[in-house]
Amino acid sequence: MSTFPVELRGVSTRFGKQWIHRGIDLAVPAGEVVALVGGSGSGKTTLLRQMVGLLYPVEGEVKVFGERLDAGARHEQLARRRRFGMLFQHGALFSAFTVFANIAFPLREFGVRDEGLLRDLVLLKMAMVELEPDVALRMPAELSGGMVKRVALARALALEPELLVLDEPTAGLDPDLSSAFVELIRSLHRALGLTVILVTHDLDTLAALATRVAVLSAGRILAFGTLDEVTNVRDPFIDRFFHGARSQAALARGLGAG
Amino acid sequence: MTPSDRPPPVIRIDAGGGGMQVALAGDWTLQGLCPLPEDLRRELAVAPPEGTWNLAGVTRLDSFGAVLLWRHWGRRRPARLDLPEALAPVLARAEALPGGGLPAEPGYRFLDGTAQLGRAVHAALHHLLGFVALVGHILIGLGGLLRRRDQWPLREISANFYKVGVRAMPVTALVGFLIGVVMSYLSALQLRAFGADAFIVNILGLGIIRELGPVLVSVLVAGRSGSAMTAQLGVMRVTEEIDALTAMGISRHVRLVLPKVVALTLAMPLLTLWGSAVAILGGMVSAYVQLGMSFDYFLNALPRAVPAANLVIGLGKGAVFGLLIALVACYFGLRVRPNTESLSANTTASVVASITVVILVDAVFAIATRSIGLPYR
Repeated sequence: MSTFPVELRGVSTRFGKQWIHRGIDLAVPAGEVVALVGGSGSGKTTLLRQMVGLLYPVEGEVKVFGERLDAGARHEQLARRRRFGMLFQHGALFSAFTVFANIAFPLREFGVRDEGLLRDLVLLKMAMVELEPDVALRMPAELSGGMVKRVALARALALEPELLVLDEPTAGLDPDLSSAFVELIRSLHRALGLTVILVTHDLDTLAALATRVAVLSAGRILAFGTLDEVTNVRDPFIDRFFHGARSQAALARGLGAG
Repeated sequence: MTPSDRPPPVIRIDAGGGGMQVALAGDWTLQGLCPLPEDLRRELAVAPPEGTWNLAGVTRLDSFGAVLLWRHWGRRRPARLDLPEALAPVLARAEALPGGGLPAEPGYRFLDGTAQLGRAVHAALHHLLGFVALVGHILIGLGGLLRRRDQWPLREISANFYKVGVRAMPVTALVGFLIGVVMSYLSALQLRAFGADAFIVNILGLGIIRELGPVLVSVLVAGRSGSAMTAQLGVMRVTEEIDALTAMGISRHVRLVLPKVVALTLAMPLLTLWGSAVAILGGMVSAYVQLGMSFDYFLNALPRAVPAANLVIGLGKGAVFGLLIALVACYFGLRVRPNTESLSANTTASVVASITVVILVDAVFAIATRSIGLPYR
């Protein structure tokens, strides 16, 4: 029984000769919304991709639900992978499938064969992300940016995951849409008791959503705690990141929304 | 916290006083319910929706479990339902499901076949028009380039020439050599039966230089460079690079299409020459092994058997085929819409169309040049 859905221990990453991470330790507690923040190129998305097993670190280990992703037999690995869902930055919808088929895909792969049940489940997921049933037969190319994200979120939620991994959930959305999306994720978090890990540049999103913040700078975790704790750490990067005039305004807005 | 540690879904049915009592327990989640265990399916099937449902023992309920129950209940909440507070929101989401379902896709009717045929004809005309428009755009671009000589995309032409010409040499040589060997071997077997060994030079020389060389190289180039051109333009379309060029006021036809077309038109005759030469070399080697014909004799007999006009026809065909392959490839590349399905469909269409066009035009060439360069008529 592990209360940390994701644990990183001594993770180091190198691209070519350049070290991206040096010895990162991070344990994400169950039921929290953890935001990873950091400057451009600080390896936030890389860390996220390591958590879901798209990349493997040079040193150290990543444990998801208490085990390495590549531990155990083939079916155990698959079962472990089905316990989390990922929302990619640009949605990563299958462009050859309709919206319906996109959301139904993981369920079909899981073994849901009853078409009537499948239709109800997909409609339920679409209702959860506030999509009307009439977009079900559209192709991803015919959707707006906000709708693509919603469909992608519905697909990530299809297998009732315990852990949701979000890469820049509000990037590319206008302020109105992005606050609606944040509200959506928050209500889902409350309703489903998910653990959420997200990467974001957007301080509005951060303040409104995150219960914990991990600051990534110069290849290590600079601070990990609630937003208040993190902003009180004395460090030049944190000063620049959280205490600029624009940042303060954004944080205030986000907290107001939360 | 592995799924196997979780309590499995259980259903218990009692025929007590005042109707059937149905009690559920355990995890009613996707992990536990899919695939539905056979005994559970049987028990659920006999559980009457109008009975008393007790969900107090359910440790977890997710939307899969909720939808499963909701459908079993006939999309109605049972009159007597004992539902713990914690599970209420999950069930409420299933209840909010619209009953109507998806907008229906229209079925297939008899007239649809006719409509499909009509659409195919329409699409063919549309392709023809689009192709003419592409050629027109390129000519307009060329007209513009005549006035501004410094604007010629020479670097792009050179880069494309290297890519479609020089890089294609090894594979052309390999395939050409093998085809030459095979043709020579098969012909030699037949010719020896008639004592007509010497005619192998005529067969190989004429066949390869005039016909097989250009067509063979075209098929290779269509598969190798044509598909690459389509895919490249298609991906540039998907990533909006072409839109970026247009926004900068740079013509896609001058900067992207023209270099490919010019490069392939120039490279194809040379590739044809190279491919034909290697094929004849292969034939020569095979003739030496099979018939004991010396290289000296073969090379001396070749110019007598094959008039020089054939070489001109072969290289001319090469240039025309190159032009057509590049135009077709670019046409389909620019038609790609930003999704993977369109990319694959257009790349396929590009290769199939360019090979078909090459063979059609080859037939036209055969008829148009039927009185040129044939020694024995």
